[in-house]
Amino acid sequence: MDQIIQLFLNPAVVARFWPFLLHGLGTTLALSLVVVPAGLAGGLVVALLYNAHRRPLSWLVTAYVDFFRAFPPLVLLLFLYGGLPFLGVDLPLFGTVALAFLLNTSSYYGEIFRAGIESIPRGQTEAARSTGLSAWQTLCWVILPQAVRNVLPDLIGNTVEVIKLTTLASVVGFTELLNNARNAQALTYNATPVVVAALLYLALLWPLVRLLSRLEHKSIAVR
Amino acid sequence: MEIHRLLFSFFNADVASRYWPDIVRGFWVTTGLGAAVIASGLAVGLALALLRALRFRPASFLIVVYADTFRALPPLVVIIVLFFAFPYIGLSMSAFAATWLALSAVLGAFAEEIFWAGILAVPKGQTEAARSTGLSPLQTLIHVVLPQAVRLTIPPLTNRMIAVTKGTALGSVVAVHEIIYYASSGASEAGNPTPLTLGALAYLVLFLPVVVGSRWIETRFRWRR
Repeated sequence: MDQIIQLFLNPAVVARFWPFLLHGLGTTLALSLVVVPAGLAGGLVVALLYNAHRRPLSWLVTAYVDFFRAFPPLVLLLFLYGGLPFLGVDLPLFGTVALAFLLNTSSYYGEIFRAGIESIPRGQTEAARSTGLSAWQTLCWVILPQAVRNVLPDLIGNTVEVIKLTTLASVVGFTELLNNARNAQALTYNATPVVVAALLYLALLWPLVRLLSRLEHKSIAVR
Repeated sequence: MEIHRLLFSFFNADVASRYWPDIVRGFWVTTGLGAAVIASGLAVGLALALLRALRFRPASFLIVVYADTFRALPPLVVIIVLFFAFPYIGLSMSAFAATWLALSAVLGAFAEEIFWAGILAVPKGQTEAARSTGLSPLQTLIHVVLPQAVRLTIPPLTNRMIAVTKGTALGSVVAVHEIIYYASSGASEAGNPTPLTLGALAYLVLFLPVVVGSRWIETRFRWRR
């Protein structure tokens, strides 16, 4: 038991690398705070374009969504990381990572928003338009609030996925939590930094997962 | 001129013919790993959901802890802990085994939640009716509740299976010889991203039919709700 603690939760190692890990956690949060709002906005655009009901446009949007749902995000990241320089595009690492995750996650958010918008009966639009609201006002004040409420569990679920996704950035040397933990592990020959990182991810995401379970069970009970 | 350089970089026939066999080898490893993860992940998820349906408190509590943990942990972290941390206590495993175990645990956690939600969604009257005809609780679960529950779970389960199977790419981090492993080592060896293009195409060949198929499954099962 004592030996296991020495190897997996060594207090000396924790004390030494705590600031380093916290710094990684900060970077993880910063990346998430860029990718989640941008992904939500991108997803909304995708869903609205799909909903415009112009044939070639909705086919294009479906192709975009299916393409990025079929593509593993790590493959996308490595492709952009290794390929962009050959195109003469020189993005900073943060930009490359954010772009890869944005392309991936906006298609998932897009599917969720689309399902939400489709769940609102047409009569709602017709009623809102007949009271004199413009198409844009109808969307913002009538359709979206109800649509978002209907798919809230899925939106939260995908947000959890996005935060978990940020760990992939460690593969290209982006200094987020997992990357720092692995570097610390290599320095100390001790598993503690990786285990602490896992605990930090749990602390960050467990409340969201719990909330998600509650919302899901509630929606089933209502049904 | 630009287009010529683009073709030379990303669709270089010379490089492609050299690394093509590697990518095919990786393709089969990815397929095998994905199939193994789906089989064991679904089995674990279904078994745990059935166990939870017995409503034995301590067991349910442990199942919820397991499901929450593996839904909250990033899969890459699980793989790295299994592969890099467990050898310190003498539990070393191959990269393939670590990736398989980690992704199965993750899929198992999600599948348990989905199956459980499906079981809860079957109206109570179904159980009561089945019990009153003389079926035992276990028979009721297996012959009445489960068939209806599974139908509800197919769309979310398909999406989750795709998401976790795409996670086999994470195996490249611990050097499982799957598509990405060959593609990125090929790209750095050749100094040309064509192997990455091949790898990307291999993933599209593997997953695009599944994603398009999942759309069909979603519409096929939607109206039955």
